Amino acid sequence: MTEFTDIPANDADDEPPEALVLPLDAWHRARGARMVPFAGYEMPVQYEGILAEHGWTRTHAGLFDVSHMGQLYISGFGVEAAIEAVLPIDLSTLKEDAPRYSLLLDENGGILDDLMVTRWSEGFYLVVNGATKWDDIAHLREFLPDDVTINHLEDSALLALQGPEAFTALERVVTGDKPLADLTFMTGAAYKIAGVDAWISRSGYTGEDGFELSVPAESATVIADALCAQAEVKPIGLGARDSLRLEAGLPLYGHDLSPETDPVEADLSFAINKRRRGSGGFPGAERILGALAQGAPRRRVGLELDGRQAAREGASVVVGGQVVGTVTSGGFSPTLERPIAMAYIESGAIGAREVAIEVRGKLLPTRIVNLPFVPHRYHRKGAAK
Amino acid sequence: MTRYFTKDHEWVEVEGTSGTVGITDFAQGQLGDITFVDLPAVGEGVTAGEAASVVDSVKAASDVYSPVSGTVSEANPALETAPELVNTDPESGGWLFKLTLSDAAQLDALMDKAAYDQYVAGL
Repeated sequence: MTEFTDIPANDADDEPPEALVLPLDAWHRARGARMVPFAGYEMPVQYEGILAEHGWTRTHAGLFDVSHMGQLYISGFGVEAAIEAVLPIDLSTLKEDAPRYSLLLDENGGILDDLMVTRWSEGFYLVVNGATKWDDIAHLREFLPDDVTINHLEDSALLALQGPEAFTALERVVTGDKPLADLTFMTGAAYKIAGVDAWISRSGYTGEDGFELSVPAESATVIADALCAQAEVKPIGLGARDSLRLEAGLPLYGHDLSPETDPVEADLSFAINKRRRGSGGFPGAERILGALAQGAPRRRVGLELDGRQAAREGASVVVGGQVVGTVTSGGFSPTLERPIAMAYIESGAIGAREVAIEVRGKLLPTRIVNLPFVPHRYHRKGAAK
Repeated sequence: MTRYFTKDHEWVEVEGTSGTVGITDFAQGQLGDITFVDLPAVGEGVTAGEAASVVDSVKAASDVYSPVSGTVSEANPALETAPELVNTDPESGGWLFKLTLSDAAQLDALMDKAAYDQYVAGL
């Protein structure tokens, strides 16, 4: 047997040749994780199995080690203007400790990475993708002025606790000035867990309520143990992280997003903040503002398939015998018990009735659906509990 | 009845000129949760070492190569509704297809259980 597709591998080409070791490497192995190369690291792809881990996260709480991701701290004289010159973000509306999604763009408006930006008291905290972090740092060094300092927080680990019971489990172990219940989706604050400092935001990549925790790498095992000691929490691997984010309709960099895609066709126009739509001044503004006004020639859409055979990245989307697009992520949805996919298709084909995906010479019947596939359950401000 | 194994982790159990094909317990463990099996049609010709079936897991799709050449005589009907049988019972109830062998001499190139177990232990 030969695997011809696999869970997302990293697509960056200049990264360190030797496998990097996660702070929790031994912790994962002791819990029976199967480790695979990903983004330059050996990472846990699964513990007991992807379906079980996926289901556990949707019903209880899953702990994900995402320490491969890049954590950066950017500060210095003129930092706000400098960041606005490389991202289409409006920092004048970004409150302290409230993460916001943004995009690192090249001069053509192509997406170099997607990232989270948080204003801390003095500077800005960025979380970027693991496979792209070295390129991102090089890009930022090139395009940020010398007065602005980029600090790669390599001594910090990043954990995510996701699921409907994440709050209950986390509240039991945190202490802080602000009750954990005061955090709503996309806000954060400083806490302590087992005496260790943790900067926690209510955010994540599964569509569930949940948290991301930036903690000292040297204490990552203490935190992971404290969380997994809670009955609601189990460790979850990258395999389920991928199936969960796919169900949540969230794009994965290197697959659904690349320098070949712009924010409008990627259906990420919300990341072009309102003030920036008028004033521009970010990389690729000309192309992107044009696409916002005129519409994009193709769009990222969701597809649901009949039957059980999944369509994977690279499969062609076909309408009336013509190829109108390409799948960028696809797999079996454990929640819906059917295959789902994301694809870029020609805008003119979006209303088509008879859509199929070609998989190994067969045309699998498909429907274009709204994203997300599985409704988000974020804990939004002002929403009923 | 004799069971033979391939380096690609398929097994074939042979009685006379008829064989039953599946994947090994090691293979299912590597693949993880299986969600779909694309089986060859009855009457289809398959060739030793060439793809005869596809096994989809949550994370990937994998070719299954036929251990021997022949003509497919039956596809496991249970897998249509319960593909997870390949995980829970890979070397018995989770068989994939049966075939009529066209060249029994091909079996000489395959491993017996002891040799396969040793091969897997060395991976």
